[in-house]
Amino acid sequence: MTATSPQAAPRGARRLRLPKPLRNASLLIGAAITLTIIGLAIFAPLVATHDLAQMDMPNRFSGPSLEHLLGTDNFGRDIWSRLVYGARISLSIALIAVVASAIIGTLVGLISGYFGGWIDLVLMRITDVFLGFPPLVLVLAVVAVMGPGLMNVALSLVVVSWTEYARVVRSTTLTLREQNYVQAARALGASWPRILFREILPNSLGPIIVLASLGLGTAIIWESALSFLGFGLPPPAPTWGWSLSYGTRFIRDEPWMSIISGAAIMVTVLGFNLLGDGLRDLLDPRQQTRGKG
Amino acid sequence: MTADPQIPLLSVRDLKVHFPIHRGVLQRQVGTVRAVDGVSFDLGRNETLGLVGESGCGKSTTGLALTGLVPPTEGTVMFDGKRVGSESGVDLQTYRRRMQIVFQDPYSSLNPRQRVSDILRVPLDIHGIGTRAERPQMVLDMMERVGLRPDQARNYPHQFSGGQRQRIGIARALMLNPDVIVCDEPVSALDVSVQAQILNLLRDLQAELGVAFLFISHDLGVVEHIARKVAVMYLGKIVEMADRRTLFANPVHPYTERLLGSMPSLDPRKRHSFEVASDDIPSATSIPSGCAFRTRCPLATAVCAKEVPPATERAPGHVVACHNR
Repeated sequence: MTATSPQAAPRGARRLRLPKPLRNASLLIGAAITLTIIGLAIFAPLVATHDLAQMDMPNRFSGPSLEHLLGTDNFGRDIWSRLVYGARISLSIALIAVVASAIIGTLVGLISGYFGGWIDLVLMRITDVFLGFPPLVLVLAVVAVMGPGLMNVALSLVVVSWTEYARVVRSTTLTLREQNYVQAARALGASWPRILFREILPNSLGPIIVLASLGLGTAIIWESALSFLGFGLPPPAPTWGWSLSYGTRFIRDEPWMSIISGAAIMVTVLGFNLLGDGLRDLLDPRQQTRGKG
Repeated sequence: MTADPQIPLLSVRDLKVHFPIHRGVLQRQVGTVRAVDGVSFDLGRNETLGLVGESGCGKSTTGLALTGLVPPTEGTVMFDGKRVGSESGVDLQTYRRRMQIVFQDPYSSLNPRQRVSDILRVPLDIHGIGTRAERPQMVLDMMERVGLRPDQARNYPHQFSGGQRQRIGIARALMLNPDVIVCDEPVSALDVSVQAQILNLLRDLQAELGVAFLFISHDLGVVEHIARKVAVMYLGKIVEMADRRTLFANPVHPYTERLLGSMPSLDPRKRHSFEVASDDIPSATSIPSGCAFRTRCPLATAVCAKEVPPATERAPGHVVACHNR
């Protein structure tokens, strides 16, 4: 919160009034980082400077130069080019995993919390079973059974992350269903899907969005971890996790390869977290007019 | 609509709402909260019945049960001469259209993420009233009727004051043009000056639209202002019911007497006719045998502990449940 800090209030009256989303620093920075990385991923064929498979053994571990923007890896492949293509893999896995987890978890949470009773009991015990496994074991088991591949890695992440949405949405639903406006909707004769999706869901969106943005970051870390452990996409694929893990073999003499992929992971995760914080503030209509309005 | 003046619009007989209390790992039922324990009354068209009593006497639960928000344990509700919920009677969706509720808390009763125009449109959408093109105008008309400016339609609830929010709540209840509105303490969360505005609004709307109110309140002053008939509730039962003038001038039941005695007076020389209550209302999980009020009653005798006093009509329209009066 720098440029738009309310502490500048005395001069505030004369200050240029930006539209509300633009006064939210974490939203701006988060969106900038995320959009940049998404842009790089989408336009990877245009921004990549080299062929991914092109090796240049004499020039392995070269530092950044005009020829190789971020240097080369252990096979002399261009790190920058591998990085932007790697963004495609990381982002698609994260997006698929998060969207699927959020949808499944939210549905389970809404139904569980709203209906209660034995429905709640059954759904929550199923959730407990999923929570009961150590997540790494569960993920590895799914990938081991299904085999490596983009969809399978994404699916394995859904298996461990939908429970979080289910739990959070259930607890907000438990509170919201007692609200008078939900009672009023019932008195008006609203059907249960209408109550769930029109009255309760919009009021649970805040936590879901925060979870999803954190989840995108976590999914990227998970994907890297799987690649690091050798359970991700198999080697020619330019995953960030593989570069990070393989780079550690040379880290004493040539730390560049690991540092770059590690930094890419970190910046991306940071971007999603900032974006999530910003969105939460933006989506709460009560905060739009409070104080600064 | 059959407008037979002989048949009351809403007729409630022996309504009971009991909540089981479950405890322990096995969720065994260890007791029952008898929130509403045999309530009977009639409500005519265009009429206002005030339902008064202490906190926890079951008056709000009665309202929730009548609007179908809490399932009644026992008893019958007749609407327009037909039994609600039965095969041959009124189905629940029709009933809901004709029976609405206004809540006490103007803050939690409006969805913070819906604009006023959406909140007021929902009832029309659910019941398919008007065409898509007509609905926005119907919403604006209703806003005007309850004293809101049409240019506020795009605002969110948090942009309104408590009194304005309560107007929105009333407007939402009126959207379906119901015959009865249960007002569950609609003014007790508001400032006194705003209370008067809302009460006058309700009165004007009644004169204009002919809607009947079941007006639930703990505030006798408010009830005296708005109700034509008043029912006094104690621990799930109606102990006395009469038209407003009779009840306030000649209370018969000792509990009514005591309630009226506790009303603050503007005259400093006037003392409380009864001692101020120092004892608490017994728990609804263990209602005293016989007459529920006997533990606090100055007139209690042996018979009060044995038999539930029957509600008897002492004068036309004046029903009292007491052995000793």
